[in-house]
Amino acid sequence: MSGGSDTRTEVAAAVEVRGLTKTFNIGRPNAADALVDIDLTIRSGEFVSLIGPSGCGKSTQLRLIANLLEPTTGQVLVNGKPARQARLDQDYGMAFQQAGLFEWRNVAKNVELPLELKGWNKERRRQRALEMLDLVKLPEFTEHLPWQLSGGMQQRVAIARALAAHPPLLLMDEPFGALDEMTREHMQSELLRICGETETTVVFVTHSIPEAVYLSTRVVVMSPRPGRIKTVVEVDLGSERDVDTREDPAFFRKVTEVREALRGMPMTDLDEAALEP
Amino acid sequence: MFVLALLLVVALWELYKLIGPQDGGKLFGLTILPRANDIAMPHVWEMLSRYAQPERRGASGSIALVVLAGAWFTLRLALTGFVLGTLIGIGLAVLMTRYKVVERGLLPYLVISQTVPLIALAPLVVSWGGKLHIGGFEWPRWLSAAVLGAFLAFFPVAVGTLKGLTSAPQAASLELMDSLAASWRQTLFRLRFPAAVPFMIPALKLAATASVIGVVVAEISTGLAGGVGRLIIEYAREATSDPAKVFTAVFAAAALGLVMAGIVAVIDLAAMRNRPPKESVE
Repeated sequence: MSGGSDTRTEVAAAVEVRGLTKTFNIGRPNAADALVDIDLTIRSGEFVSLIGPSGCGKSTQLRLIANLLEPTTGQVLVNGKPARQARLDQDYGMAFQQAGLFEWRNVAKNVELPLELKGWNKERRRQRALEMLDLVKLPEFTEHLPWQLSGGMQQRVAIARALAAHPPLLLMDEPFGALDEMTREHMQSELLRICGETETTVVFVTHSIPEAVYLSTRVVVMSPRPGRIKTVVEVDLGSERDVDTREDPAFFRKVTEVREALRGMPMTDLDEAALEP
Repeated sequence: MFVLALLLVVALWELYKLIGPQDGGKLFGLTILPRANDIAMPHVWEMLSRYAQPERRGASGSIALVVLAGAWFTLRLALTGFVLGTLIGIGLAVLMTRYKVVERGLLPYLVISQTVPLIALAPLVVSWGGKLHIGGFEWPRWLSAAVLGAFLAFFPVAVGTLKGLTSAPQAASLELMDSLAASWRQTLFRLRFPAAVPFMIPALKLAATASVIGVVVAEISTGLAGGVGRLIIEYAREATSDPAKVFTAVFAAAALGLVMAGIVAVIDLAAMRNRPPKESVE
């Protein structure tokens, strides 16, 4: 199975977005362009962050890649397949801001969920779940229930669940947004380690500039109303990133570059804009 | 707490007997306050001691055994009604969750169904059942009572389960199942039902007690012999000569409600054992 996907990813990009447009409430008075003319190619092994103010459509774009939404126009290919087929084949895993663990299942059973849906047998599921919990460094919490875990630990379980079926692509929607700063930085390093070990391509939505720069090989800066890609910042900090990276002048230069790309954008979100006379 | 409440009720009863008017409080010729005499309101200890005496003069064994047998009969009917009603209620809720159109079309009729007086419905169910012959299947008379219990029980289950199935799962959890290409069925059993459990438990509690009421009323209005409903009617006729007697059956009916609620409490414990303790729920 892994051999097959290796040869496939050599020929096809992990994600290919062409001429993508998304309009909500089409044909109605409250129609709104969420995304316009998005073109983006993500190569296998890349870590790409989408960043921008509220209303720039970064989460919408992630959901279009995940095929949780259908595009109005344009095309999304994941591993060279139409996004819908990729979803049906479980070609990607997904993690959300809320860890979203099922509170009635213990940790291992939560990780097993995607495998259960694929029809794996019990032994194989359990074995993979244990491997994944090793990977996220929670081997001793197999039988714990989600509410007994801290927020950071819950998010690790969510990552283990997203990667349980060994998908080549991981889609993350502000997964560390609800964590405190210390836990957050630690989770960022852990995520890089995990994705390095599993050779997973990541598309990561965030509104934190340092987080985007620290994690990414490329940062896609988006602007709102209508959502479009303003610029793409290449982050060449190498593949080995650790605590020192955060204090590296090159890191700060990239943070500044992203910040300047974001400057001048209307920062009010849609709700605040609606309050203005 | 329960015992305390019970003692309070007993105390109020006896207090009213002590100070209430013997022939009822009258206002403009209408009886407003109930009569406090021994025929209308026997002493609590008389009711309790009545259990030890035989059902009627010359009969062997105490009335407690007769009432207990009746209660057992009614309990089995109520359980049948409860299970039947729960299955129907859950089935309807699943259907309404799956097809919005069914929800819009069906829900008003479910509400209307509960406004039909049970007493009016009971003879109808009996006669329909009597006309029903599927293969060698003969509709037994007790099944009508169970069906009427189910008729009261299914409604809270349908409404509670519908609410749980549709609004209990978080949006992110539904997205997760979508992202994993889970089928509607997989989402139903792995996400919607487990998430709906906290909504279903109170509904089942209502259904459990409603099924007792349904069965007792059905016993009375269809004249089905063997259960506490019939005993209540029979004993009530002797209210003037043996006022404490009817209360032995009334208490049994009330106790049945408690037993049914207890069964649901056990289901609750079993179904919620993995859930976060109540304090930690935000």
